[in-house]
Amino acid sequence: MALLSMQNISKTFPGVKALDNVNLDVEQGKIHAVVGENGAGKSTLMKVLSGVYPHGHYDGEILFEGEPVRFSGISDSERQGIIIIHQELALVPQLSIAENIFLGNECASSGIIDWRQTNRRTEELLAKVGLGEAPSTLVDNIGVGKQQLVEIAKALSKDVKLLILDEPTAALQENDSRKLLDLMLELKEQGVTSIIISHKLNEVRYVADSVTVIRDGMTVSNLDATGGLSEDDIVRDMVGRDMTHRFPEHVRSPGKVLLEVRDWNVWHPEHTERQVIKEASFNVRAGEVVGIAGLMGSGRTELAMSIFGRSYGRNISGSVRLNDNEIDVSTVDRAINAGISYVTEDRKTLGLVLDETIRFNTTLANLNDVSSGPVLNKNEETRVAERFREALAIRTPSVFQKTVNLSGGNQQKVVLAKWLFTSPEVLILDEPTRGIDVGAKYEIYTIINDLAAEGKGVVMISSEMPELLGMCDRIYVMNEGALVGELDAGDASQERIMSLIVNE
Amino acid sequence: MDLDQSDTNPAPQVKTKSIGEYLSSHLRQYGLLFALIAVMAFFQIVTDGTLLRAVNVTNLLLQNSYIIIMALGMLIVIVSGNIDLSVGSVMGFIGALAAVMIVNLDQSVPFTIITCLVVGGIIGAAQGYWVAYWKIPSFIVTLAGMLVFRGLSLWLLEGQSVGPFPKEFQLIATGFVPDIFPVSWGDSLANMLEIRRVKHVNILALSTGIVAAAMVIWIGLRQRAQNKLYGIEDEPRSFFIARNVIVAAALVFVMYKLSLFRGLPNVLITMGVLTLIYAFITETTTIGRRVYALGGNQKAAKLSGIKTERLTFLAFTNMGVLAAAAGLVFAARLNTATPKAGFALELDVIAAVFIGGASMAGGVGTIIGAVVGAFLMGVLNNGMSIMGIGIDYQQMIKGLVLLAAVIFDVYNKNKQG
Ligand SMILES: Nc1ncnc2c1ncn2[C@@H]1O[C@H](COP(=O)(O)OP(=O)(O)OP(=O)(O)O)[C@@H](O)[C@H]1O
Ligand SMILES: [Mg+2]
Repeated sequence: MALLSMQNISKTFPGVKALDNVNLDVEQGKIHAVVGENGAGKSTLMKVLSGVYPHGHYDGEILFEGEPVRFSGISDSERQGIIIIHQELALVPQLSIAENIFLGNECASSGIIDWRQTNRRTEELLAKVGLGEAPSTLVDNIGVGKQQLVEIAKALSKDVKLLILDEPTAALQENDSRKLLDLMLELKEQGVTSIIISHKLNEVRYVADSVTVIRDGMTVSNLDATGGLSEDDIVRDMVGRDMTHRFPEHVRSPGKVLLEVRDWNVWHPEHTERQVIKEASFNVRAGEVVGIAGLMGSGRTELAMSIFGRSYGRNISGSVRLNDNEIDVSTVDRAINAGISYVTEDRKTLGLVLDETIRFNTTLANLNDVSSGPVLNKNEETRVAERFREALAIRTPSVFQKTVNLSGGNQQKVVLAKWLFTSPEVLILDEPTRGIDVGAKYEIYTIINDLAAEGKGVVMISSEMPELLGMCDRIYVMNEGALVGELDAGDASQERIMSLIVNE
Repeated sequence: MDLDQSDTNPAPQVKTKSIGEYLSSHLRQYGLLFALIAVMAFFQIVTDGTLLRAVNVTNLLLQNSYIIIMALGMLIVIVSGNIDLSVGSVMGFIGALAAVMIVNLDQSVPFTIITCLVVGGIIGAAQGYWVAYWKIPSFIVTLAGMLVFRGLSLWLLEGQSVGPFPKEFQLIATGFVPDIFPVSWGDSLANMLEIRRVKHVNILALSTGIVAAAMVIWIGLRQRAQNKLYGIEDEPRSFFIARNVIVAAALVFVMYKLSLFRGLPNVLITMGVLTLIYAFITETTTIGRRVYALGGNQKAAKLSGIKTERLTFLAFTNMGVLAAAAGLVFAARLNTATPKAGFALELDVIAAVFIGGASMAGGVGTIIGAVVGAFLMGVLNNGMSIMGIGIDYQQMIKGLVLLAAVIFDVYNKNKQG
């Protein structure tokens, strides 16, 4: 029997038809994947289901356990056992794991919290999700992977019938992702039905029993995954054509050394005795794409941000040379002027002014090129924003849309546009394809290749090894703040990278 | 770049918006304008036409000039994500300084004015320094400033009122721009219009009003043409016409009223020019753009190469200069400096900015909104005073208006989200 049946769901935002008669049926005790390109409407569909958009704000009917349901808010759907874990985590960093799990749902009698019971139940839940942390640990002190498990423990504390995970593994390392997926399979054994949204199709293949593909707000197909489904089948329905290659063809002939970083040392901004980056030296040639592999927390982002205008850390020492000249990267604008740009991994808090438009964000890092003196030329800004919208295929009714209203993947493209517009000599990309669909990934890879072909240098930090292997000419391996190895594209493989990390 | 890749990725269809949809997504701007008109109409009726009498219109502008001058600076401070609670005290302190310099120390008026503006800038810079470079919350720094400068004015004036000022200084606030057109023209116009009580119409004021109205319409039309060219979402034609007709008519009307009294007040010129300058700065310059980015997301702004500290510092420095300018106008208007001058005025200024649509969180707000907000408060003050409503009720009503405006904002935002 279908546990959930969403029928003819439509949802319109000003100027955008996000969902157009979408149907979704989820069987009891199964894992159902929802896939589709960025902006296809996946998150919106789940928000309709969980009451974020209450009844009356969408068209169509939702049947849950055979009964029509009309939620007026998220607490309504939770009471029925539908729990959603959003694309952006919603934990309070300053609270402990136990406090977070029972936030708003405390084990208390007449307003007084029973800590003994809270901790006992937290321990049970943590055991269930396989997280070996004390209930009193602050959420701030555990990595994203573990935070994701805490979210699931929180969901389990609420007597969940249908668990919705919106891109749960986007920010996770491979082994953490695997852990999470295994947990989903385990929960399935216990009778919990799940919906997972993901752009990582190998994971979809790994866990899903059935797959619904959405394109442009419409259901394109429902695929049965039990008999083995190939990624290509899914991709074909997602993008509406065959995609034979995941990486665009490229022939590169790197020239002389463009960027050279020597003996880079960085200390932690608060725990001043902790050295975060240790004697890192690396270089990038003109026309070369260089990868930096490593585990989460190995210091890759810290390395990049400390170079980019000392945006991270203190007591920074070392030298940065561009074209054999020492350059000043002590502030962000100097780094930009010197020809270095950095695309952050954290688009929401570090990348975008969410309340502002695509146009505003696109030109923000290079206002000089759209102004004469201090006066902005807004028409020129519009032209620039339009150009990037087209080149990066940003899905939006217009460049005057606020970025907060864009889907996650499209927000990522706006951040990328902003930094491409600074015309950097060296572009540092930190997890550039996080949360991005296969088609858009291909487009971003194409842009990277074009940059390299123009003789620019590209540094690519990524947790997705196939991406590093598919795109880079050289890969540095980072571990605990030090660059522990360097591999040429020809010699690199997933195993060799892992062994370099482990050997340290 | 492989562009035909994107061919299979058509952008979502854009629907042209219905008038209802347009209105609901721009309710705030129109709401403010309507509220101002409604409040004016209300008081016009209940005060038996006193509100819009020529003398009173002139008064209304003079009374609110210092609030508006400070609201311009406050808007920028608030958009940058900060607040300045010290402006009332700083304004009072500068008035006191001017009085002591001119009356007690016999300094020249131009020298005093320049000194006062510079001192205002230094005060703003001193506060901005702690906020910008030491990351001390502006609420705390300027709360301290509020107390310090209140105390300093008391000390400077030794608890007394100091005045009166020489004529030359009073003109800042009470002077009028002389009519450049021959007096006889004004007389014959008065005759022609058969206005009995008035012998003379100030043609300069009237023609300024007409020119300003024409400019508003011309700029509006040009903007609209450009929007069309770049496919920017357009205001429905009926709204565009209605809005521009109302604004133009209001301009001509106000100027006409002024022309029946003594013409264009000096302060109005100062105020108008400052408003235009600041509207231009916030809307079409790089520095204005950066302030919005700073308030919208400080971290992202910083990572985009914006010198966030310096920008915050400048916002407070600018606020100090404008508070000083307001202090001069205020002292000149009262023709004396008192230790109580500017008391609690920061609240009116901040209220005006929020009524005008700015957000406490920063990154949102417009100069025009703040000015209209200030006028709304001003009309409320003035209207209630004419009606003889006690200061107790006045305060309550103003408080509720502020609350209503902000609730309206939040409601609107939730509805769209
Ligand atoms: N609050 C909103 N206002 C206006 N448009 C919106 C809003 N929320 C979403 N949209 C639009 O609806 C469409 C679907 O967005 P949604 O977030 O559901 O995409 P998605 O499939 O989850 O994409 P992604 O894979 O990038 O997360 C997009 O075009 C988006 O711009
Ligand atoms: Mg999404």
